[in-house]
Amino acid sequence: MLLKRLSEASGASGDEGEVRSLLKEELSLHVEEVTTDALGNLYLKKGFGRKPRVMVAAHMDEVGLMVVGYEKSGLLRVVKVGSIDDRVLASKVVSIGKDRIAGVIGAKAVHLQKPDERTKAIDINNLYIDLGVRSQEEAEKLVKIGDYATFTAKVREAGDNCLIGKAFDNRAGCAVLAELLKEDFDLELNAVFTVQEEVGLRGAGVAAYSIHPDVALVIETTAAADVVGSKEAAYVTKLGDGPALTLMDSTYMAPQQILDLVAETAEKLAIPYQFRRLTTAGTDAGIISQTHAGILSAVISIPCRYIHSPASIINLDDWQNTLRLARGILNAIAEGGLRLEGTA
Amino acid sequence: MKELLKKLSETYGPSGREEQISRVIREEIKDYVDETYTDNMGNLYAVKKGSGAKIMVAAHMDEIGMIVTHIDDKGFLRFSNVGGLSPHVLLGQRVIFANGSQGTVGMEKLEEINKLKLEKLYIDIGATTKDDARKHIKVGDIATYHREATIVGNRVIGKAMDNRAGCAVLVKAIQELAQTENEVYAVFTSQEEVGLRGSRISTYRINPDLGLAVDITMVGDTPEAPTMDVSLGKGPTVKIKDASVICHPRLKEKLSEIAEKNEIPYQYEVLTAGGTDAGAIHLTKEGIPAGVISIPCRYVHTPGEMVDLDDLAHAVKLLKAFLSAPLEMREIFPCHLE
Repeated sequence: MLLKRLSEASGASGDEGEVRSLLKEELSLHVEEVTTDALGNLYLKKGFGRKPRVMVAAHMDEVGLMVVGYEKSGLLRVVKVGSIDDRVLASKVVSIGKDRIAGVIGAKAVHLQKPDERTKAIDINNLYIDLGVRSQEEAEKLVKIGDYATFTAKVREAGDNCLIGKAFDNRAGCAVLAELLKEDFDLELNAVFTVQEEVGLRGAGVAAYSIHPDVALVIETTAAADVVGSKEAAYVTKLGDGPALTLMDSTYMAPQQILDLVAETAEKLAIPYQFRRLTTAGTDAGIISQTHAGILSAVISIPCRYIHSPASIINLDDWQNTLRLARGILNAIAEGGLRLEGTA
Repeated sequence: MKELLKKLSETYGPSGREEQISRVIREEIKDYVDETYTDNMGNLYAVKKGSGAKIMVAAHMDEIGMIVTHIDDKGFLRFSNVGGLSPHVLLGQRVIFANGSQGTVGMEKLEEINKLKLEKLYIDIGATTKDDARKHIKVGDIATYHREATIVGNRVIGKAMDNRAGCAVLVKAIQELAQTENEVYAVFTSQEEVGLRGSRISTYRINPDLGLAVDITMVGDTPEAPTMDVSLGKGPTVKIKDASVICHPRLKEKLSEIAEKNEIPYQYEVLTAGGTDAGAIHLTKEGIPAGVISIPCRYVHTPGEMVDLDDLAHAVKLLKAFLSAPLEMREIFPCHLE
């Protein structure tokens, strides 16, 4: 299962090589052209010269840590790459650098914490990676400053057609895009597996500039907060209710014709869908829609509980329905379902 | 001017849903320009052709609003802000959607009023069930304040003076502008309130020699107002800086010279927070000299924004004077690249 291999691959922002190779190997035979660029985006093109030119983007980077220093004891000081809740860090197993050295994010044991320390989350400045070595010299042999650390977790099946694992944000989206590339659409399909989304939508900006598409579709993973302590209006999305359509976030507003096209496509194909009930955070669509003289963009997302942690949950029905919806949207675009450059 | 401002103020047009206000503005200017067109993000362009410098004048036409994120079983609408919206100002407001549906803003039970957050508010459109609400409103629909513009003496109170006052100034200036050598691109921009987005892509499309934004600015002349040396009724401002842009000093001087020569009252504006389209314009492509003319405005982002009609009239005069004189880019900007 490609999704499982993608999830288990290591690829924090700026270090997407392993994921890129995996996708390239899996998909090269299905497309007409494979290229990369200075930032490391992976471009796969199909239907060269057809109209309209459509960009479909899924970011392949995940959140992680970066090694920034050594303690005399051999423990590693780290910073976060992308946004991770400090509360999920302690006691997680990570894999570091290109040799995938094993380590644990360590913190003072509960017995040694002062009473007021026990009531607070341990912040990143009081966390470190423990390689199981006894000195700085030994640590330096294994890990270099600037090496990335990512969570490690094998994908496991769970409950009602769900998967537990890491980096579903956005390897689940990558897996959808990979499936689309195995199919044929009556348009010029420019698939981009983008880099550095988690640190500021950086890969997608240059990719959109370079492709200059007529329209773009972003396939993402978004938080599902249908859990204890949340009221229904604050769920963001609900696991199992289908792909989520973004209305707006801090970087993007969905044009009315995009909302209409996606909703009509879902209804026509009887695909369950929901709206993302959060208007903050951002996706690649934020930068794509503001590239060149403006590019019409849409975002659909797979709901994911415990996102940005090593134990996220997605529902495979949601994943399948996201694939179906993305396929339906591409077909609707091919059939002329969008006004691509309006006149007053 | 009064009637135009009233009409523009009362027209619906939050960020991302500018079609209605765009149509109204296009009707006002289409007979005075060589062409009009729109783009993917809803910007409205109006071009007066010429052989000289390309000047872009941007006035954002979007207003702040409330986007529906959820409809509950009883038909109440939960929403999030589109642009800078205060929950305290929202209490008790009437709101209106693109299709004319109206509602009022209600509040959950609250122990302390200073703990009021947008999450505690909802819009009640008089629906009795979710299905009833859905007959009128979909998730993703955007409401704005619903408020008539009122003329009080020489001043006008209403919603969306930010930035329909700027739009009114640009419309008037375009209507009254005689043929000039300059090629003038009036752009009524979209999505300014959510991040200067319309101006970013329209500047890229036009690639002008110079950009000028026409927007509103805050004032410091009301009781216990934060210190700011701008007053209502003392003329449009020539912006020095805000959080998004340091205006080109030569453009600032040029605007001041023109104002003095034509005996137009003006004020210098240093806005410590907030931004405007010039922030996006000046950073586009290789960098574009940019400045701002602002209309002083009280009670910004409330349904009771107040502007002074003389300030608008003087802004029109200043803008017209600036646009009519052939712009010698080399003279004003010696470092200007051909």
